[in-house]
Parts: sequence; structure tokens; C-alpha cells
Amino acid sequence: MQKKDIGLATLVVTVGAIVAMVNPRFLSPINLANTANLIGLFGLFSIAEAFVIVTAGIELSIGSVIALLGVIFVDLIASFGVPWPMALAVVMVLSIFIGLLHGWLITRLKLQPFVVTLCGLLIYRGVARFYTKDGTAGFSFGSDFPMLEFLVSGRTAGVPHSVIAFLLVAIIAWFLLHRTVFGRHLFAVGKNAEAARYSGINTDRVIIQAYVLCAFLTGISAVFFAMYTRSVQPSSHGNFYELYGIAAAVLGGFSLRGGEGSIVGVVLGVILLQILQNLVNLLGIPSSLNFAVMGSVILAGVIADTQFSRYRETRRQQSAMAALEDSARR
Amino acid sequence: MPEVRDKPISLELSGITKVYPGAIALNKVSLSIRSGEVVGLIGENGAGKSTLMKVLGGTIAPDEGRVVIDGETVRSLTPARAAGLGIAFVHQELNPFSNLDVTANVLLGREMRRGVLGFLDRPSMENKVGPILKLLGTRFGPKDPVAELSLADQQLLEIARALSINVRLLILDEPTSSLTLSETNRLLDVIRKLRAEGVAVLFITHRLAEIVEVADRVVALRDGCNAGELSRQEISRDTMVRMMIGRDVNQFYEKSDHAPGRPVLDIKGLRTRAYPHQSVDLCLLAGEISCLAGLVGAGRTELARAIFGIDPVEGGRIEMDGKPLRGNSVPEAIAAGICLVPEDRKAEGLFLDFAVTENIAMPSHAALARRGFVNHAAVTRLAEASRQKLRIKASGLNRAVAELSGGNQQKVVLAKWLAMNPKLIILDEPTRGIDVGAKAEVYHLMQELAAQGVALLMISSDMEEVIGISDRVAVMCRGKINGILDRGELTEENILRLAVE
Repeated sequence: MQKKDIGLATLVVTVGAIVAMVNPRFLSPINLANTANLIGLFGLFSIAEAFVIVTAGIELSIGSVIALLGVIFVDLIASFGVPWPMALAVVMVLSIFIGLLHGWLITRLKLQPFVVTLCGLLIYRGVARFYTKDGTAGFSFGSDFPMLEFLVSGRTAGVPHSVIAFLLVAIIAWFLLHRTVFGRHLFAVGKNAEAARYSGINTDRVIIQAYVLCAFLTGISAVFFAMYTRSVQPSSHGNFYELYGIAAAVLGGFSLRGGEGSIVGVVLGVILLQILQNLVNLLGIPSSLNFAVMGSVILAGVIADTQFSRYRETRRQQSAMAALEDSARR
Repeated sequence: MPEVRDKPISLELSGITKVYPGAIALNKVSLSIRSGEVVGLIGENGAGKSTLMKVLGGTIAPDEGRVVIDGETVRSLTPARAAGLGIAFVHQELNPFSNLDVTANVLLGREMRRGVLGFLDRPSMENKVGPILKLLGTRFGPKDPVAELSLADQQLLEIARALSINVRLLILDEPTSSLTLSETNRLLDVIRKLRAEGVAVLFITHRLAEIVEVADRVVALRDGCNAGELSRQEISRDTMVRMMIGRDVNQFYEKSDHAPGRPVLDIKGLRTRAYPHQSVDLCLLAGEISCLAGLVGAGRTELARAIFGIDPVEGGRIEMDGKPLRGNSVPEAIAAGICLVPEDRKAEGLFLDFAVTENIAMPSHAALARRGFVNHAAVTRLAEASRQKLRIKASGLNRAVAELSGGNQQKVVLAKWLAMNPKLIILDEPTRGIDVGAKAEVYHLMQELAAQGVALLMISSDMEEVIGISDRVAVMCRGKINGILDRGELTEENILRLAVE
């Protein structure tokens, strides 16, 4: 664990302890299971976002993709009677296509990630609403899919399957980002794309892979969310989720300038954000302040990040000065 | 004579220190100059000359030290303050506004106005600029468009700009680097005239002959420290060189005889983006140190970038070991055994925030990996071996490269490529901004690699270095190779002649 992660873990435990002290219901099994479920659901796309941010990119269309793919997934099963594994396959293929498209626009046409994914945000939301004629895509009354529901919304020994999926994805993501050559290349491209190119790294390919990976995880997340809400209202489903993801990644030590961050950090960031949400409910803070609390925490996170790098810079300067005085004395 | 300087200047810098993370740019440097004096400031690239000039111009604040002008300590010198005190710069890089004419460029920001609405007073402006141009003996007039001026004329334009303010101290940063001999002589005449007028002139140049001609005093910098001072009588080429590099040139450049082997890289009719209408032919041999000489902007870096696959080529063929490259692919070039030590070490060569180990291993990761997983043991072994082989001085291999000195940073760049066992190494200004000791080590390493049969191609603007280390020099000018000099023909004059032709 990096120093930043330890600091964040301490913060998570502290906030959790305070909430538990003020309102012991925080630790009730029901609340813990619900919070854990939300952590799992939000964690999936937060890790997705992290893979893009580490390359100094950004993905703003996550919420809209979750709505669009959610609508398609539910509608394929409910209206067309497509077997759910088929529907799942379609959604995953679509998500990969979206990732390829974003990556292609960013690397080949040299468009800025912000612009590309902002357009994505608008387009996918609009398409989702058009597809359902602004209605809600839902399963008809009484229909049930025992296998799918067990896999996606079920529990094993009281642990929601979304949490298990999240942990599995987190472990794989950790190995991918911190232990593989691909991960090294992601960091390198994010930190200094030019130097990465001069080091023989195929930067375009790495960036495309990052967006595909992000979209793929978003696709998985879309299925989990569709089954969590059971019906998808395309004008509101997944609204602002990309911002949750960015917030979690930034809290977890990812710099929007790229090349920095850890999976442990983003996992802790997701946990912290959900505890904060929970805190708003449990402490009787008006839920209208929800976004305000989240915004404040992100701001604090970003300030902490810049102050930290500034501090590092001064320390470097000081050590350089000290080395100079040292050599002068000799 | 335009605007006579009202009073003589005296300027004194003492104990000027400027530290950057990983490098000491200036270490207790002193410098003084007064009216009617021409001081030559010499030193190798990276010796601290430009940093010192920036301190004088007020663009950077020193960490320590005092600036005393006319007997008064100036605490915070800003560019505006420096200009107000009569300090004028002629920068090495030229950036005139090519959409304006000569008069508008010379008086930019100090235009004369007339009438209530403040329209430009063109006649007065031209009357002011005219005499300055006459003094400089330019071929262009006040109304000529700047877009059509040659590089040398642009240089004179910059000087005219400096003279148009009430200048008391004129600082010339390598003003002759793109001038022909007659233009240079005219400039030296101007300097003498200004001296007679009581202007103090600080003259930075690599061309030592000019210093011998015009300077009253010489101050040398080496590795950010004062390296000595010479009075008029002591000035000679040899004494200056000794001060700059701290020992005799002959000891500095060890030249060993290489037996050039088979052709490694063969370029035919290569056309780069920068000069799409010029084609380049070049053949590099194993075990040979070749050099690309020429002026800045001659297309040398662009050629290197094309060979390495950074830039697409406009036409022509690149053959490595007899096999043609498709081009525009760095991975392909690396696989063929080519590597490039780039000109801009910090932007292109290194990940400054990453550890030394990580930087060294970056291109090798894929080869060392096991099933895509980073092979930590092998990576650490590689970094440790590189540290020993290249004598990289770092407090730890896990420290960020940014904390290292310029010379050690360059060794890290070299280490990352040596790990790839290259057949051809292209070094673009490999010794720029590194200290003398590291420089000698880089030269030594180059010799060693050549002896092992590696082909080396160095791009350098440093004449001493070009002559000192190369087996063969190709001189480029405006995108084409103007001539190739063998070792026997290597003189500064020969290279310059081909470079400016």
C-alpha cells in the first residue's frame, strides 16, 4: 500500500467510526449489507474510470452508457424474449464497440477525451430516451429469471454478489495496473506520452485499450444496475455516475494529469463516498445536500493532492539546496 | 547616434546561486561590468551562462546573491525594471513578428502616437529607426516587411530593437551563430562603436575568435561556478578553452582509431517533413562515430526522428542491416536495433516523477516480462547493473529521476537504451546541459560502444565536441547534406563553411 492509500484508509475508518458513534444503526447488518451492495455497484464503474484517468484521459459518458445498455439489456429480454446470456453478450459487445469508438476518436482523430466523451454523454442518453420513447424499460409483472437474478442481485452467506463481483474486478484490476507490463505502459502514457512514444510504447494502442477496458467494465456495471433497479428510466438512470467514478478515483489518489494512482486507493475512495452518502441519510442531513457533501469531499481531495505535490516539490528543492551546502562544506 | 545614454552604468553580481531540483544552475557566481567595457562570457553548454543572463534580465529570481546596479542593491529585478535600468537583450532565439514591418518590430510596445485618438505616428517612428539601421549598416530599410528578412537580418533587427531603447548595458547571446563572416565583422564593428559611446556590452559566444577580437575582459563559467577571468593581455584561444573545460582539449577528447565495419544503416533519398523537397543519403558503419553538424534548424533532429520512426517520412528508403523499414513506427525501429537519445531529455527521454529503475526498464519491460507480468527481479538486476556500468550517482534506484543531476539523468537515458543491445545509437545533443565530468564519461562510453561495433550518430552544435570525437562528419544545411568531412578535414572553418552555405 502506498502512503496515500494508508491516509485514505485511516480517513475511511475515522468517518465510519464517527457515523457509528452518532448513529449505531450504521453497523446494523441490514445497513451494512445495503451499503456494501452500493459500494459494489458504484465500485465497478469507478475502477473503469480509473483506467482511463491514469492515461490522463477522462470518460464522461459512463452514466449514459449505463442507461443505454441497461435499456437495451432489459428490453431485449422483456420485449424480444432473448435469453439473458444472449442479451448479456450483446451488451458486452456493444460496450466494447463504444470503447473502441472513443479510443479511435481520441487517438486517430486527435480529439480531446473530454470532448469525445462529453458528446458520448449526450448522444447515448438521447438514444436511450428515444429507444424507449422516453418510457421506462422494465420486466413485465411476474416474470423472473432465477439464474440471472441469483448471479447479479443474489447473496452468498449474506454478502451481496455485487460486492463479490467488485472485489474480483478490483483484484484483477490491481494485478493489471500494478503488476503487468500493460499497467506500466498505462502509467507511462499518462505521465509523459511523448517520452512513452520515444521509449517504443505504442501509445495509441495503450490508450484505446484503456477506453475499451473502461467501457467493458461499464457494460458489466450496466447489467448490475439494470437488475438492481429492475426497470430502467432512461432520462434519470445512471445520471452523474461518471462523476461518482471520477470522484472516487481522484479521492483514491488518481491525478487527472495522469500517471498516478492505485487500485487500492480507488476502492477506498468508493467506500468513502458511500459512507458519506450513508452518513447523510443516517445523520438526518437533508438529502438535498447529498451532492454538496460529495462536492466538498472531492474539492478537499483535490486540494490535498495539489498541496501534497507542492510539498514534494519544495522538499526536492530543499534537498537540492542541502546537497549543495553539503558539497560546499566538504 | 540614437538616444545617447544619459549616465554610465556599473553593474555587479555577487554570490548568485540558483538551484533546481536535481541540478545546481549557478553556484555563487560573480560578474561585474561597467560602461565602455566589452566583456566576453564563455562557458560550455550547461555551464550556467543562460541562467545568469535570465537573472540579469529579471526573468528568474536567484535563490541567493546580490545584484548591485549603479551602487544600489536591486532586490527584485523584473524584466520591466531591467529595461528601465537600460539593460537590453539580444536573444539567441529569434522571434520577430513576421506580419509587421521593420519599424513596427523595432518599436513594438513603444510606438509613437499623435493626435487625440492616439494614431500611430509613422513618420516619427521611421525617423527614429532609420539612424539605428544606418549605424548597424543593414541591407533593409525601416519599411521592409520582416517576413522576407534572412536569419542574419533578423538577428540585426533584434539588435536594432535593443538599441532603440536607452541602452546602457547590451547583452548579446550568441548573436553571430547564424551570421556570415562579413556580417559578423560588421557586428563586431558595431560593438566597438557602442563601446566608444560608453555602452557596456556583455557578449556571449562560442566563437572564441570573436572574443579575441573584441573583448576587453573574459569571464568563464564552468558547471555553474566562476572558472576564472582573463584580462585583455591574457586572452587567447588556449587560455579560454582551458578555463572552460578545466583541462586541455587534447586530454578531454580521447580519440581512438576505429576500424569501420559493415554498413548498418543505409538511407536513400529520405525526405523529412521539415524539408519535404530535400532528400538525404547517408550510410552509417558499424564501429564508427558519425556526426551530424549544422546550424539549428538545418533539419538534423527531424532526420533523426524520421529514422527512429517518430515522424512519418515523406519519401525515400531506410534500410537497417539490409532490411527496409516501413517507417513511422518506433517499436519497429527499436526491434531493428535503432535507439534515440532525444534532444529534450526531460520531455522526451524521461519520466521525471518515476523511479530510476522504472525509467531504465521502460523499453525492456516487455522483453523481460513473464506472461505479461513485470519481472521485478530482472528489472532490479538490470537497473543495478546499469548503475554500476554507467556510474549513475543516485541516492537510491527507487528515487525519482527528477532528483538526479543533468549528467546522471542523461546516463539513465543511455542506460535504458543500452539494455536493448542496440546496433545503432542516435544521440541528439547528448551533452547539452550536463557537467564536464559527465560529459567526459559520455564520450568515453561512446568510444567504448564504437569499439564494440555499435554504429553511433551524434547530432551536436558544439564544435569542439564535433571535431573532438567524430570519425566522420556530415554537415547539414536547410534539410540536405551539404558535404561529408573525413577526420583529416575536420576543422571549424570547414564545418562552418558547409553549414552556412
